[in-house]
Amino acid sequence: MTHAVQLVGLHKSFGDLEVLKGIDFTVEPGQVVCVIGPSGSGKSTLLRCVNLLEQPTAGQVFVGGAELTHIDVDIDAARRKLGMVFQQFNLFGHLSALDNVTIAQRRVLKRGKRAAAEVAMRNLEKVGVADKAKQYPAQLSGGQQQRVAIARALSMDPAVMLFDEPTSALDPELVGDVLSVMRQLADEGMTMLVVTHEMQFAREVADVVLFMDEGVVVEQGAPARVIGNPQHERTKMFLHRVLNPTHADEAAAPS
Amino acid sequence: MTTNGTVAEAGPAPRARLSPRKRKKISLAIQYAVFAVVIAVVVLIADWKSIQHVFLNVDEAKKAFPGIITVGLKNTIIYTVSGYVLGFFLGLVVALMRLSDVMPYRAVALIYIEIFRGLPAIVVFMILGFGVPIAFEGFEMPHDPYGTVALALGLVSAAYLAETFRAGIQAVPRGQAEAARSLGMSQGRATFSIIIPQAIRIVIPPLTNELILLFKDSSLVFVIGFTLSGYELFKFGESLSTQTGNSTPMILAGFFYLCLTVPLGYVVRKLEAKQKRGRV
Ligand SMILES: Nc1ncnc2c1ncn2[C@@H]1O[C@H](COP(=O)(O)OP(=O)(O)OP(=O)(O)O)[C@@H](O)[C@H]1O
Ligand SMILES: [Mg+2]
Repeated sequence: MTHAVQLVGLHKSFGDLEVLKGIDFTVEPGQVVCVIGPSGSGKSTLLRCVNLLEQPTAGQVFVGGAELTHIDVDIDAARRKLGMVFQQFNLFGHLSALDNVTIAQRRVLKRGKRAAAEVAMRNLEKVGVADKAKQYPAQLSGGQQQRVAIARALSMDPAVMLFDEPTSALDPELVGDVLSVMRQLADEGMTMLVVTHEMQFAREVADVVLFMDEGVVVEQGAPARVIGNPQHERTKMFLHRVLNPTHADEAAAPS
Repeated sequence: MTTNGTVAEAGPAPRARLSPRKRKKISLAIQYAVFAVVIAVVVLIADWKSIQHVFLNVDEAKKAFPGIITVGLKNTIIYTVSGYVLGFFLGLVVALMRLSDVMPYRAVALIYIEIFRGLPAIVVFMILGFGVPIAFEGFEMPHDPYGTVALALGLVSAAYLAETFRAGIQAVPRGQAEAARSLGMSQGRATFSIIIPQAIRIVIPPLTNELILLFKDSSLVFVIGFTLSGYELFKFGESLSTQTGNSTPMILAGFFYLCLTVPLGYVVRKLEAKQKRGRV
């Protein structure tokens, strides 16, 4: 069986700063993999290397068996298999919600106007913002913007969805709407790689949780094990801080 | 010039002889009085008869019509708008070259901007008007004088517009390009469908400002030299004024410039206010 995503010996440096120090893991079709870890540990960089928004310094990225890091790859075509959702939504400010969702369908997939709009409305409905189709991003709440962004990515029929802290920029009362959309996607069998600080979500939805620190995967496994019963000291410390934010000082000083 | 009292708000502070409020009133009264006196003096000592005769002479004004509109105003608008359209697209190309990954493109764009921004517009017009026909003998710009003037104004305005576009493109958040690329758009597609439309929206106020400046710069194209039918507002007013020794046509020309530039300035202020509100 081909893996949905496979990373082999992935390294990434920014100048002298080595951010990813050899990452190996796989995501199987239909799996939800959550990446957790402290700020600055390289989670975003990892995700951005998967769709080559960052060029890895060394190592290979395979998506659906095809190597994205191959030097002759058509990266624009390869990226179509990967949908990405950003922390800051990144909706196109000059386009209505509907046009945000149709523009890449039309320009990249060359779908007709009506076909693209149909796909768009189906996905906007799915994420619960169909009634906002005519609105511009500035007129939408953060939670609505993020759901439009998810619809935009889904409309390209990706094989894998990448989420980089999709709820971190949201007001607390809006987080639930976005998480429930993601939960629904997971239930429908979408393959997802999710960087998140939402431990509850990781625990309930993820098939695999992956704890990263200082550019390496420290431990990975079922959420019950990684979150419920972590083996490594660094994982324990991180979880202690995240799960008891008001008692952070009780843990040992961060390394 | 207002004197804000600094009397402490609480406690037994030493009382000023005049309360701050009274002092402010007196200060304002003085300012109005000075203004009124200056106006009165100017009005009284000016020779209103001569002023009216030279600057606001109805008979001279009548002679300027309808030419000042059908020739002068018309040509000013044609020159400026055609130059602006050319400068707009050339400026966009230069801005993209300036931001290109290809070093020679960046170098050419930089040199272009420095030359045409650094040279007085009138020097560019002189060179184009006299130098080019000599250097490229037999070559004729289409639709002269309109072709040469559009080219001259376009070349000059493109340098300013390029810098404006560059600022706009750089003001579009990086996440916009990343989102476009992550949807499978190529670099070029992302630039034209996502980045440039947003960049232009950001710089609409300065773009409008540059149109105002170009209306004024178009008064310099007379050095290219053309016949009466090619006169724009300034040259039209100037030639009538020198013929008759009366400045009324020039005043009229100035009036028509203001008819073009003041409404545009108003539009710029409205757009800026709208953008400010949009960002909150
Ligand atoms: N383009 C870049 N240039 C230089 N350094 C970078 C760049 N992008 C990221 N870094 C650095 O790489 C390290 C890892 O960053 P990354 O954004 O991947 O962390 P993260 O785990 O996503 O953190 P957070 O939870 O805060 O989002 C940080 O030290 C960051 O400063
Ligand atoms: Mg991050």
